[in-house]
Amino acid sequence: MSRDGRETRYEPADACASAAGAAAVTRPAGDTLIVEDLQTWFFTKAGVVKAVNGVSFGISKGEVMGLVGESGSGKSVTGFSVLGIVDPPGEIVGGSIRFQGRELVGLDEIAMRQIRGSRIAMIFQDPMMTLNPVLRIDTQMIEAIRAHARVSRAAAYARAREVLLKVGIASPDERLKAYPHQFSGGMRQRVAIAIALLNEPDLIIADEPTTALDVTIQAQILYEAQKLCRETGTALIWITHDLTVVAGLADRICVMYAGRDVEQGDVDAVLDHPMHPYTFGLIGSVPSRNRRGRPLHQIPGMTPSLLNLPPGCAFRARCDRASDECHREPPVLEYGCDRRARCFHPHFEGPS
Amino acid sequence: MSVFITRRILQSLVVVFVMSLLVFFGVNIVGDPVDMLINPEADQEDIEAAIRALGLDRPIHEQYWYFLVNALKGDLGKSFIFAEPALKLILQRMPATLELAFAAMFLAVVIGIPLGVFAGLRPHSKVSKTIMAGSILGFSLPTFWVGLMFIMIFAVMLGWLPSTGRGETTSLLGIQVSFLTLDGLSHLLLPALNLALFKMSLVIRLARAGTREVALQDYIKFARAKGLSPSRVVLVHVMKNILIPVVTVLGLELGGVIAFAVVTETVFAWPGMGKLLIDSIQLLDRPVVVAYLMITVLMFIVINLVVDILYSILDPRVRLKDVKS
Repeated sequence: MSRDGRETRYEPADACASAAGAAAVTRPAGDTLIVEDLQTWFFTKAGVVKAVNGVSFGISKGEVMGLVGESGSGKSVTGFSVLGIVDPPGEIVGGSIRFQGRELVGLDEIAMRQIRGSRIAMIFQDPMMTLNPVLRIDTQMIEAIRAHARVSRAAAYARAREVLLKVGIASPDERLKAYPHQFSGGMRQRVAIAIALLNEPDLIIADEPTTALDVTIQAQILYEAQKLCRETGTALIWITHDLTVVAGLADRICVMYAGRDVEQGDVDAVLDHPMHPYTFGLIGSVPSRNRRGRPLHQIPGMTPSLLNLPPGCAFRARCDRASDECHREPPVLEYGCDRRARCFHPHFEGPS
Repeated sequence: MSVFITRRILQSLVVVFVMSLLVFFGVNIVGDPVDMLINPEADQEDIEAAIRALGLDRPIHEQYWYFLVNALKGDLGKSFIFAEPALKLILQRMPATLELAFAAMFLAVVIGIPLGVFAGLRPHSKVSKTIMAGSILGFSLPTFWVGLMFIMIFAVMLGWLPSTGRGETTSLLGIQVSFLTLDGLSHLLLPALNLALFKMSLVIRLARAGTREVALQDYIKFARAKGLSPSRVVLVHVMKNILIPVVTVLGLELGGVIAFAVVTETVFAWPGMGKLLIDSIQLLDRPVVVAYLMITVLMFIVINLVVDILYSILDPRVRLKDVKS
């Protein structure tokens, strides 16, 4: 897990510096987005699936936050909740999402639509599925611009062309006339990223955008994402299950487990000194940390079903530090620079 | 594209040839038209003269050869009954049938697609369930019975619409059509609706199934994430995707509607090809039946070709394959 060059770039946010060492600050901080105790539940026939059940985090201008967790931990649903595109039977049942000081939960559809794609953009996981197969690229890009600004087709076309060049697509005029099936996966994801950038959003939510791509394309896209945030001050939430990606890209990290944020903080602090046993186990499972010839470390057990999850810490069944106490709701521990963890028995030392 | 079309036309020629064999021999081994045509009191000499005049004294392969050679010249034989070219008889009645068929298809599409898309977008609402129940009725009620009910309710009881004939027609590019006059339109409405009901149910079901599938796709969610209006998402992103199966099926069904509008034409006394066919079968008017079937075959082939071309316009992925082949 190489972390070269990261330290020089990292600057703690002001709020964080003043809070360091002081008594617990319970509200998440950030000037772009503050999510507090978000709850998004799915009311299915089998019961209520609490996909997101009490997630809090904040993100500031130009900051990159890695939102990590395994499949089904509620990362994507958190992203959809922020954009207000949770499909039924899902529903935001509680909490608050404040974007640039404006409450998004309960905001009417028309106002929400003006923010969507314009101020907050999203990039999806599977580039093969995000572009409409029967519409040309120019149609799909121009409509995204004209949904938010009264500009001529020609002006929108010029803007689309410019952004395609920016994400590294050569001969954009030819590409704009093409259909999605004429592109490779990596190219399609570049187009999807270009669409997200069209209206110069203040926040981009990227939902595992490089998972379906090969390593070289992944590296290029990560590099461009980082460059974008540095140059334009766009805040970026990078949803992934790949800790290596987060280590190389993010300023902050938020670890999710079973619909909760279990631990968050500065990326170096969390990765070097994980507090929550789940984070600890995750970092221990990264293959490069394991010794050659030995079986890989893994966290025992399975992710619990989110259907009718019992109260208390959801991780306790898989946790080697669990005690009877863990049947109760774990406290939010705060340590200095907006480091938070929900645990009765946190680790204080880094993984061996 | 031109390679594709040329290949399709060559394939079509083979189909037409095989069908002409099947149709000609099939129709010519059933019954004896001479019995129907000749005065029962005629003597043997007269009968033989009539058989010779109709060319029925020749061996059947010779008759077929004669038919084929003439068919290539555009002559599909003379009606035994009317003593007029069969093709002319059919073409005279074709505009009426085509008008009815297109009116029915038009109704099926403009009513069926919106209802189907609505039912697909809100599958659990009461209205959607009502639409789907209605489509089951449309499928299962026999056309002739629905036609009779239409006549009873709208023509007899309410007296709103006429029940028979084409009404007043006007000439459009030399063809007599009903839909341009109010009277003609009122005559057209009931039979067209009757013929459309089954297709409409089909369109509703296709559109609903397509919408339910497409609405869950990531690209629809992505379109919403771009901040597009719901109408743009539905009318452009959803609609263009569901049109592919709808166009395919409707194209194939169009041939069926034209060829087999028989029931509706009979119920509403619509002077179209279907009615001519029924009469010709009853009178064993072989040339008309053969000509009718050949025209039907040609029509299906043309429609299939048009559907393939339309399909490639709607779905760019099909277009690419054509270029490669």
